[in-house]
Order: sequence, then structure tokens, then C-alpha cells
Amino acid sequence: MAASQKPSGTSIILNHEESSACWSCGSMRAAHFCNACGKVQPPLPADYFSFFGLPRKLNLDPAVLEREFYQLSRKLHPDLFARSSAEEQGWSLQKSSQLNDAYRTLKDPITRTEYLLKLEGVQLEEQSKTATDQARASGQVKKQVVPPELLEEVFELNMQLEEARMNKKAGDVDQDLARQLAQTRQHLEEKFDALFQELQGYWAEWDTLITRAESGQDTSGERRKVRDTMVGLLNRRSYIRNLVRDVNEVLEG
Amino acid sequence: MSEERVVGIDLGTTNSLVAYMQGDEPLVIPGEDGSNLVPSVVAIDPQGQIVVGNLARTLLIETPERAVYSVKRLMGRGVEDIQDELKLFPFRLAEDLQPGEVLRIKLGDKDFTPPEISAFILRQLRRNAERYFGAPVRKAVITVPAYFNDAQRQATKDAGRIAGLEVLRLVNEPTAASLAYGLDKKKNGIIAVYDLGGGTFDISILKLHDGIFEVIATNGDTHLGGDDIDNRLITIALDDIQGDLGMDLRRHAETVQAIRKAVIEAKIRLSSEPEVSLDVTLPGGKPYQRTISREKFIELAEPIFQRTVAPCRQALKDAGLRPEQIEEVVLVGGSTRIPRVRQLVEELFLRVPHSELNPDEVVALGAAVQANILAGGSQATQEMLLLDVTPLSLGIEALGGVVARIIHRNSTIPASATEHFTTGVDGQANVAIHVLQGERELAADCRSLARFDLKGIPPMPAGLPRIEVKFLIDANGILHVSAREQRSGKEAEIEVQPSYGLTDDQVESMILDSFDNAEEDFRRRQVIEARNEANTILAALAKGRSGPGWQQLTSDERKQVEKLEKGLRAVMDGDDYAAMRKAIDALNQGTTNLAELMMDAAVSSALKGKTFEQVDVGEGPSAPHPFAPAEFKTER
Repeated sequence: MAASQKPSGTSIILNHEESSACWSCGSMRAAHFCNACGKVQPPLPADYFSFFGLPRKLNLDPAVLEREFYQLSRKLHPDLFARSSAEEQGWSLQKSSQLNDAYRTLKDPITRTEYLLKLEGVQLEEQSKTATDQARASGQVKKQVVPPELLEEVFELNMQLEEARMNKKAGDVDQDLARQLAQTRQHLEEKFDALFQELQGYWAEWDTLITRAESGQDTSGERRKVRDTMVGLLNRRSYIRNLVRDVNEVLEG
Repeated sequence: MSEERVVGIDLGTTNSLVAYMQGDEPLVIPGEDGSNLVPSVVAIDPQGQIVVGNLARTLLIETPERAVYSVKRLMGRGVEDIQDELKLFPFRLAEDLQPGEVLRIKLGDKDFTPPEISAFILRQLRRNAERYFGAPVRKAVITVPAYFNDAQRQATKDAGRIAGLEVLRLVNEPTAASLAYGLDKKKNGIIAVYDLGGGTFDISILKLHDGIFEVIATNGDTHLGGDDIDNRLITIALDDIQGDLGMDLRRHAETVQAIRKAVIEAKIRLSSEPEVSLDVTLPGGKPYQRTISREKFIELAEPIFQRTVAPCRQALKDAGLRPEQIEEVVLVGGSTRIPRVRQLVEELFLRVPHSELNPDEVVALGAAVQANILAGGSQATQEMLLLDVTPLSLGIEALGGVVARIIHRNSTIPASATEHFTTGVDGQANVAIHVLQGERELAADCRSLARFDLKGIPPMPAGLPRIEVKFLIDANGILHVSAREQRSGKEAEIEVQPSYGLTDDQVESMILDSFDNAEEDFRRRQVIEARNEANTILAALAKGRSGPGWQQLTSDERKQVEKLEKGLRAVMDGDDYAAMRKAIDALNQGTTNLAELMMDAAVSSALKGKTFEQVDVGEGPSAPHPFAPAEFKTER
């Protein structure tokens, strides 16, 4: 039941084991609204892609996403339920927060990628901001793993940063050092951008694999490889971002 | 079909307004005195009665220790936050105030918390609306500065409840203003709203698209406004006086308030005049006089204007926009009338800002639009929807006093985050979470929101429980927390200790108190209004007796009128509203004939011997009161 119905506008039927009836009119329950009577439905545990009726692909048209976001907002926002029952008000509150969280995550390419990787079972990267916050929240010390190809550079940079910090404390300003650091920062920022470009390349690969999987092929092995590559890229990118932040602190602080 | 009206209220630092949507147009509801603005001043008169608005403003000058103004600056705040304000505020805090307790302000021999004082203002606005509609008003949308934190928002909601209003939504002021603007212009595009009011500053950047008002970024300062400009000028005047005349009048409340009044008038006039004179009579009769030029005023106030720049730059940065990409700029708040402010806005956003909408009324009008949407919408508002954001990041305090951010600023609301916690000790039954708002890394530098105590965790070895905590910021920008221990599936009981707010119990008892007072107030008010009406009608009658109209009545008619008059005089000094009402109506009815005769006589005597242009139709019988007395059933 329900497995192969086509999506129609904003009434999307999920591939869910349980399809119970609409609490209001008794007909088939849809993801967000009853197909027949339009009443809002209780929240379902859906991932952000299915919330929008999208496949787990990394390239997406931001204009299409925005349009869908606006359409769903027009129907789910709590302002529209001010005169409804307390229960419906509660559902609209839950669902619109789900909607906003989903839109925010999918809109930005990096968070979209991170989210998809999480769905694919990857433990969040050690250097990411999320990991930092999470580590803080649970009181653990964050793991620091230096990407191997950056080892020497990082070593060099950390020494320079130490020196600059000591100078700062003593009230000295070493112009040469400052210039060196600014140069390094520039270099890092270029690397940062280059990593993003590389990542975009892997999106295309990933999406192709998903399309092939949809037509029945087994692409799980190839997907795992692409997934791991993307994880590595994101890790390096995060690490570099943290380095740039450290340099900024010292140069501008 | 009578639909329950939802009104929009702008609860401002300096002035408050109530508005509603009439058809396709939002309108401000005037007070009894016909004015649209109700000064946000609350005072206690010599008889011990609470007075709000223009009357209270007069009392502020005469008996400043018995009045409170700019109470919005005290909402959701603790004693340590308001030390600066206290220097120039004439009122006193309750003596027995404990650290960490909600502020209490003395008015006469009673004391009130800021939400209770705001509730007096809200109640006045509510009365104005009820008088206007002739029907009860119980639901409202109230505006708050976009940059208000959770405690400040909760305090505003509490004030609404104490005033007997169901607050359907708190709307951010710049967003409300954009609604009024968008309704007016019906255009798509990116706009910035620069809102500099009496006590708060907000800058919001929105995307308008086919009726959707989406806030992209917001920033501001809830401690910055016209009051700060006033305070600066007052301080300079006091320094002046001390220097020139050797008198330190800082603690002399009446003088400070007189200077304040003069300074405000001067500030306003300087928007259209190049120079004004400040004149104040000091105690002992000595005059203090100082001329201020516009240049000097700008020099003195410039640091305050400049404080609006950083929030604007940050908002643009958060929105990922350059100033040129902002298509329209809308000015809100009385302080944006200052020419230097307009110039600053023009410099920041590289275009001339809009000021066609009345900066004092636009927020209330927008609130009325939102009220309309919530009440079901009308043709004009059918396609309109507000998507607002939370202005401050939400975080949890973690080991070492650092903040782990879980919901980022400028996230569209409603927004949520789920975090997992566990226990550190075997059998631990409670877990404490400290939630904060702000952008800094250390908890000590952020604003404490509340402490949540999760109770009833089933006994387990340390580290085993998996407590899932859901943080949800609702459409009002207020946080709700729920928790569940996942292994047992048990919902945790949560005890909330707001850092700067009233507990539910406290609000409930304030509602009950105000209830009793409201009944009392209402009754007393009705009696006073009826007595006024009685006096008016008797004065008119006295006049009529001395005129030709009286002679034209039959003897029976005259006897009847006299009887009704006597009947009214018998009850009008008493306490029985119903009896008074009856007597007034009877006398009104009984004198219709006389009134007509008086009217004819007045017209013909006015016209006698005069040409049409020379007729002065000034002194006819007084026009009926524009607002019929509110008639509604007390269904409480």
C-alpha cells in the first residue's frame, strides 16, 4: 500500500510502512496534509530530504527548494492555526520547526552534504563546528586530527602563531611575521576554496550513483567510496577553516 | 456574524497604541481624548488611583516619585542591568528587593513588577478599544523589539495576561512595520527596516515575495534609543547648573523631570529649527537658560547615533548582502525624525529612506495587519505570511563555562534542536541544564535565560541514561523545553527557573489581583463617566432654562423635566451606576423637545442681522459624545 503513488504538488505520500487514515475525514494519510480534506497531519519522523519529497541527491536547484519552502510555509505556519484546535496547533508548531530546520540544512551546500553523510551513517567529522559544539555540550575534549598532507605546513604555522601571540603579550609587533601570516592565510583560503570545488565534483558523482540505484543497480560499494572521499574533503576543509580562524584571531584580535 | 476582534498593540517605550483592521485598512483606535498615542507613563494620583497616559505624564512632573515612565527598559531585567537608568529615574525600587528577584517598583504605598506596570498600560489600550467597538476585546497581538531576548518577551506576554488579554502572537516591531509598508506598497524585493524608538534599536533585513515577509537577518540594541539622547542632554544641563550656579540637583526629582520635559521639547524642535532655547525654573525661582544649536545637539548626540552603525553592518553581513543590494529602507520610531539620523541611514544604505508612513503609528498598524491574519484574514491579507527569525543564538553551558550553540541566530522560527545528555553519577535522578542566549564563547558573557532541572530519571549506572532534550523556539521567539529518557521512554519532569522572569504561579496570582482591581476599577470608572455625563446634561439644561426655548414648553412638559432633573440629582453623587444610567436616559428622552427648540432658537438668533459669511455657529448645544458608552455584558 502507498509504495508507488506519484507525488502531486505538496501532498506527498511517503514510502512508509504504516499508512493510517486521516484523523479528520478518514482517507489516506499524506505526509503533510490529507489529500482529501486538507487537514494538517501529525508529524512523522522524516529526514529532511523526504520532508521536501526530494531524493538524497547533493545537487539541488535552490530556486525550486525555496518555492517548495514558501508553499509549505503558507500551509504549515502556526499563524494559520490560531483558531484551530490545540492539537492541530501543536502539530503545526512541530511541523513548521521541522520545515525550517530542513530548509536551513538543505539550503546551504555544506550543511546539506554533512547532513546526507550523517544519514549515510558517517560519524560527524572531528574538526567540524558541530563536533566542537557537541563535544562541548557533552564535556569531552575534541579530537584533533591533522590531515597528513598539511602536517609540515601546520607545524610551521603553529610555531609562527605562538611567536606572534608572545609578541602580542609583550606588546611587540613584528611586521615581517605579520606579513608572513597574512600570506599563509591567503594561501589557506585558496586551498579552502579549491576543496569546495573538488567537493562539488563529487556531488555529481554521487548523484549519478543514486540515479543508477533508483533504476535497480547495486551501487553501494561505489557510494561508500565517494562518501568516504567527501568526508575526507570536508574534514580537511574544516581543519583549514579553523587554522584561518586562528590566524585571524592573532592578526586582528 | 460577530467575529471576535483581535487588536494589534504597539507597547512602546515612550508611547503605546492600539489598532485594528477595518476592511482593507489598518486604523489606530483613539483614546477618549481623541489622541492616537497613549504615553507609556503610569502614575498614582493623590487619591491612590492608578492613572495612565497623558494624565500620568502631568503627574510625572508634579509628583515624580509617584510615576513610572519607560517601563519597557525594565522588562526582563535584573537590578544589575539597570544601574544606569536608576541614576535618572525618579522612582524607587522596593527596599526589600533580593538579588535575583524580579524588580519591584514603588508607586505610592504599593509596589509593582514591570509586567504589572505594563499591564496597566495594556488595560488602558484595551478599554479604549472596547469603548470604540462597544464590545469586549480579549485577544491581541503585541509587538516587541526584534532584539528582545527570551526573558523580555516572556515579560511582555505576562503583562498581556495580567491585563486580561490572550496574546495570540508577539510580533517583532520591524517586521510589523514592514507589514504596514508592504500592505501599502505591494512590491517584492529586499528591504531594511531601521527602527530607533524611545528605548530600543532594531535593524531588520527582509525579503518580500508575493505576500511572504521573510526576515533574513536582524540585529540591534535593546538599550539604545531616544531616552539615551535625553539622558545625555539632561546630564549636561545638570553639570551646567552645578558649574554655573553651584547647585547639585541630581537628586531633586521635580527639577530633573522639568529639565527632561524641556530637553525633549528642545530635541523635537531642533528637527525643524536651527536653534532653540532651553528654559527651566530651578528651585528657589532661579532661571536656567541655555541656547542649543542643531550643530551642538548633533555633537552631543552623535555617539548615540553612531551606536546604530555596528548592528546595521552585522545584519548586512549575516544576510550576506552589500548595502547596494538593499532596495528600500523604511524608517520607524520617533527618533528617526531627527535629520542627522536620516542622514546616517542614507550614508549606511546609500539611498534615501522612506518616511511616508507615520513613524509613531506604523508598528501598531502592522500589528493590526498581523492580528487580522491570525483572526482568519481578509481579502487584503489573504496572501500574507510572516516568517521571522530568532535574533540571538541559543546555547547550553558546558564544562569549563563555555557555551555550546544549538540554535544559531537568524534561524527562521519556529526552530528546534535536539541534544543528548547523560548522568555523571550512579543513580543520578536529576540533570541540570543552563540555557543562555548570545554570541560569545563564554557563558559568563552571554545572557542567562533559565535553568532547567530534568527530574525523575530512572536510577541507572552513570553514563547509561540517554536523555533526549528538545529545544523549541516558537513563533513568538520563546523557548520551550521537553525531555525524555530514551532507554526507559520516560518523559522527564522539567522544573524551570527563569533567570529574569516571573514563575507561572506569580503571574497567576497577579492576574487574580488585577482581576479584583479591574472589576473595582471598571465599576468606579463607569460611575465617574456617568457622573460626568449627568453634569453635562444638567449644565445644558440650566442654559436651556434661561433661553427662549424653555418658554415654549407647556407647563406639563416643564413639570416633567423638573421631575426628571430632581430624579437625576438624587442619584448622581451616589454609587449606583444602573440608577444613574436610568436617570440620565430618562432626562435625555424628556428633554428632546427642549433641545430642538434650543437649537432652532440658537440658529435663528445667530442668523439675525448677519450675512451668511458672518454667522458664527460656535456655541450651539454641545455635540453628543463621539463614543457611545460601552455596553456589554460582564461575562466573567
